[in-house]
Amino acid sequence: MVLGALLAALVNLGGTGKYIHWGFIQISVANFIVIILMIVVFILAILLPFPKRKGDRQ
Amino acid sequence: MSIDTDIGAESGPGGPGPTTAESRQWTARVRHTAESAFPPDQLLPDRQPAYMASWIYVFGVLTVVSLAWVIITGCILAIMGPSWWHVSSTGHFVNSLHLWSVEFFFFFMVIHLWGKFFMAAWRGNRRLTWATGVIAFLVSVPAAFTGYISQQNFDSQWISTQAKDGINATGAGAVWNVLNFGQMLMWHIVLLPIGVIIIAGLHVLMVRRRGIVPPFAVGDAHSETPVAAPLEEPA
Repeated sequence: MVLGALLAALVNLGGTGKYIHWGFIQISVANFIVIILMIVVFILAILLPFPKRKGDRQ
Repeated sequence: MSIDTDIGAESGPGGPGPTTAESRQWTARVRHTAESAFPPDQLLPDRQPAYMASWIYVFGVLTVVSLAWVIITGCILAIMGPSWWHVSSTGHFVNSLHLWSVEFFFFFMVIHLWGKFFMAAWRGNRRLTWATGVIAFLVSVPAAFTGYISQQNFDSQWISTQAKDGINATGAGAVWNVLNFGQMLMWHIVLLPIGVIIIAGLHVLMVRRRGIVPPFAVGDAHSETPVAAPLEEPA
């Protein structure tokens, strides 16, 4: 309950959408954040080592 | 179909191939084709190539898991109906699960797509694997969009009136009317999910048949044959 209230206070999804305007490009902040997150996760997936179990061959 | 009274003439597992009598039956032909295309140890393997031990290889299965959650939560919503998902707190929760599993489905699928694109995952006679993946993505997009206009609230009314201009501009509005709620609901809960499930299933079968694409450093970029894995690890 407390966590839900905290998250709701951090991100208000009930208000008017916010948009980024850059020349002819217009994108919502929410979509922009998702695209940035996808790029970050993609880079991390390539760079981070995959955990190995004990006894696995190299 | 014929009735064969000569039991000795039947071919069991590991036995001889189809007899002349069997080869005339479509059931036997389908069975032998399926067995040769997908041997059990290839269909459900317990070992995978060593190069698969990378985070970039997990996004395909994460996409499948997300799709499973989409289907499970969608079935619950279909059983209970809009008066439940709009009013009850449990309905809100399942409705949100449905939305967020779709968000994660596309999130993981796009990262999977990027990874496979930069690996040139169509190498080694994997063109059908790539093609079924592309089609699965293309079918998933309208499956998700018809969900937006099936919510039965002001949001869905707004989205459908905006979407009709775009659809009409393509000429498809004559047969695909986004303002027709019944038509869009049927597309969203019947036709498009069936399409996504069939294509995604074919995609997974193709992955099982051709194997996981090796990275460039391991395999030959121009090879048309699957590359043997240098080491294997338990799946």
